Amino acid sequence: MSGAKGFIRLEKRPKPSPLLTFLVPAMSVVLALALGAVFLAVTGYSPAKVYSTMLSGAFGSQYGISETVVKAIPLMLAGLGVAVAFRMLLWNIGAEGQLYMGAFAASWVALTFPGLSKPVLLPAMFLAGAVAGGVWGLLPALPRAYFGVNEVITSLMLNYVAIYWVDYLVYGPWKDPRGYNFPLTPPFSPSAQLPTLGQTRVHLGLVFALVAAATLYLVLRRLKWGYEIRVIGESATAARYAGMNIARNILLVMFLSGGLAGLAGMSEVSGITHRLQHGISPGYGYTAIIVAWLSKLNPIALIGVSFFLSALLVGGYSIQTSGLPAATVSMLQGAILFFVLGGDILINYRFRFGSGRAGATAVDRSARRPAVGE
Amino acid sequence: MRMAGGRGSAWVPPPADGPIGGQPMSVGPNPVEMRGITKRFPGVLANERVDFTVRAGRIHALLGENGAGKSTLMSVLTGLYRPDEGEIYIRGQRTVLRSPGEAIDLGIGMVHQHFRLVRPFTVAENVVLGHRSQGFFYRRKEVERRIEELSSRYGLRVDPAAKVWQLSVGEQQRVEILKALYRGAEILILDEPTAVLTPQEAKELYRTLRRMADQGQAVVFITHKLGEVMEAADVITVLRGGRNVATVPKAETNQRELARMMVGRDVFLDQSKEPVEKGETVLELRELHALNDKGLPALRDLSLKVRAGEIVGVAGVAGNGQRELAEAITGLRRVQKGKVLIAGADLTNRSPREIIDAGVSHIPEDRLGMGLVPGLGVHDNVILKDYRLPPICSGPLLKPRAIHRRAVELVERFDVKVAGLDSPVRLLSGGNLQKLLLAREISARPKLIVAMLPTRGLDVGATEAIHRMLLAQRAAGSAILFASEDLDEILQLSDRVAVICEGRIMGERPPEGADIEEIGLLMAGSKGDARREGGRGA
Repeated sequence: MSGAKGFIRLEKRPKPSPLLTFLVPAMSVVLALALGAVFLAVTGYSPAKVYSTMLSGAFGSQYGISETVVKAIPLMLAGLGVAVAFRMLLWNIGAEGQLYMGAFAASWVALTFPGLSKPVLLPAMFLAGAVAGGVWGLLPALPRAYFGVNEVITSLMLNYVAIYWVDYLVYGPWKDPRGYNFPLTPPFSPSAQLPTLGQTRVHLGLVFALVAAATLYLVLRRLKWGYEIRVIGESATAARYAGMNIARNILLVMFLSGGLAGLAGMSEVSGITHRLQHGISPGYGYTAIIVAWLSKLNPIALIGVSFFLSALLVGGYSIQTSGLPAATVSMLQGAILFFVLGGDILINYRFRFGSGRAGATAVDRSARRPAVGE
Repeated sequence: MRMAGGRGSAWVPPPADGPIGGQPMSVGPNPVEMRGITKRFPGVLANERVDFTVRAGRIHALLGENGAGKSTLMSVLTGLYRPDEGEIYIRGQRTVLRSPGEAIDLGIGMVHQHFRLVRPFTVAENVVLGHRSQGFFYRRKEVERRIEELSSRYGLRVDPAAKVWQLSVGEQQRVEILKALYRGAEILILDEPTAVLTPQEAKELYRTLRRMADQGQAVVFITHKLGEVMEAADVITVLRGGRNVATVPKAETNQRELARMMVGRDVFLDQSKEPVEKGETVLELRELHALNDKGLPALRDLSLKVRAGEIVGVAGVAGNGQRELAEAITGLRRVQKGKVLIAGADLTNRSPREIIDAGVSHIPEDRLGMGLVPGLGVHDNVILKDYRLPPICSGPLLKPRAIHRRAVELVERFDVKVAGLDSPVRLLSGGNLQKLLLAREISARPKLIVAMLPTRGLDVGATEAIHRMLLAQRAAGSAILFASEDLDEILQLSDRVAVICEGRIMGERPPEGADIEEIGLLMAGSKGDARREGGRGA
């Protein structure tokens, strides 16, 4: 290594900065919004106006607030699933497909047994959704656990399988004969619909999501199993040395991860659409990855982050009326994630300005890992 | 075995085209004078007003514990770091070293502890690799001739046409030295040069260094081994806590005094080993075969017994199957053939958990990453082995209070210095990491302890603590199998020494009155009389 001569160098912090662990995600959001503002200004829109439209769209009315909450539910459930897998360094990119499979299985139960009473039918749909999502999560987990096959590719590819499977059903055998040829199934019977809060669209799925977050938090902190997940995520070598069964944990965690995403699918069909239809998720499973990362894989922080990204989504719909494409929101989301990942390095490293003292440490692998906060 | 031998010491004049050829040596200013060197890192003062003068024709040892600032000081001298304060004079000239390249141009050569060689290349190719005055074409004949010149001049026997991967570790080190000399080094710095050598190879290295000094070169070697200093150095500089404690001629000092200067207090170099009555055989390995990570044989027909209350030291050069041996015993590596018996039960190829439950503790070579989880705190690390057993858990739940009690107890009993029980253990120093690891492994009251290089890289104080802990376990009736690269340590701790080479036990010897020469030969794989009397042991 030759002497560092640059004016800006990265230097390892003696300790990761606890302040920055929380500041980085917050600042990333601010920077992303600033970048978005520049983009909007350049394309001839007033950033202030667009952002205020988004804000009032998401929070300005009872409908807006209720929509923000409604969209936070699948983000939270799928985000928890992604977060628990990421904790073990299992890069489950397949939450979207797991969500679709959960929606599919729950719909099958609802359409096959429409006559059952609510207390029987809803738990059955809940179970079917979770198990189907879990099994979809197991598919990439099995080759990963036993042959070391990269789960990023397999879980991602299975998304398309799941989405097109649902499309096949709603365009084909399950299509509602009285649906004017729209790609959707007949509506569920009332006993297959999740109860809602008053006149709003907010449904019982919110409770699932909040309970799931609290449970996951406790599992990770207080259960032997959660301890194993944390150890394996930090060092698989140490886990093996301690006699932990890594393959079994990969399967269990991916089943849990997929199950949570499947639950998101179940709560969408049972709480919102009341039928299975084409495009049941506008990419919740992918946004869930951003949710998990922004929350530093902490289940409690994840609740707040879900509401934030949901507000961004809902706000995004409201700006479409002003002629902006909804993709603007995707761009903002991308920018946020970009800044979070870039900013992560500042938690373990800091910049030094000026030349002179050499001895800068090269950036090592540890900087790329999310700093996990609890 | 390779022996020094090379008697063709005809003096060859330095090549005229050398970067600094034709300078008068031995008279004139000192090759190196560092004055008042201060170097700070975030939160650490690595060097504080260090004066360091090297004279031509001398072998100068730079002695100190880990973290004493030896490597930092030498990195300043080789242009890797720039000092915050202080001045450097090279042959009387005030110099500012901006890069390692500039240091090389000034005749300062460094031999790193971990070799920087391209293994598929030949010796000659490695020597000229990256050399500035090397033109566009590679003139093999000429390069090889010059390497041979240097070899014979300094007694560095190595074939310039051999590929590096075919060479032994000792030969590879010679290539590194040749690389520095080829670039015209008049000041040669070696970082812990004997760490990877057998005793014979080390002796040969000392002879080479002496020859270089006799021809006017200045030699500096970094070390923390006292025996080495007394054997090879002319002048000794002791660093402690970043300061120069003393610079003394070897003739005016002794090991005890050096140890005291190094640590800052009296050190008991020899832990007294009380006699302990040996019990039943706890570990028995029968004709074990196992592969390494590359799928090549790592253990071949290895048999060994360890009894309760006994320490068996595995002596060998690093990479001769020590790691694989530990992993085969602890269930982390598949045994191809043979048997592992622990307390009489056949546990060959059982899961690591079953072997842990049979009462086996393991101090792996890889402390941080295998033995301890770097990103987790003390709380989470002390329960790594028994998180699934009461009182640490009940049913599926962990019990934070029991965990806290355990953490506090171990940290206090074994005097582990920690910043906090929840801050990641990767922030701990090497000595404290090892104490924590040993504390956890010992607290399980193991029948068998497998300890790999338990004191590698530790300072004198921590080494002393680790030795005490191991001896206490021996007294408590554990069987201990330990490996070390330091023969002195093995002789000091062991009840029996087993020499390993290429995955075979070459022989077993009692440590009392052991013939170091012979053990060195066994370590190097020389059979000799080892075949006759060695082998099946106890």
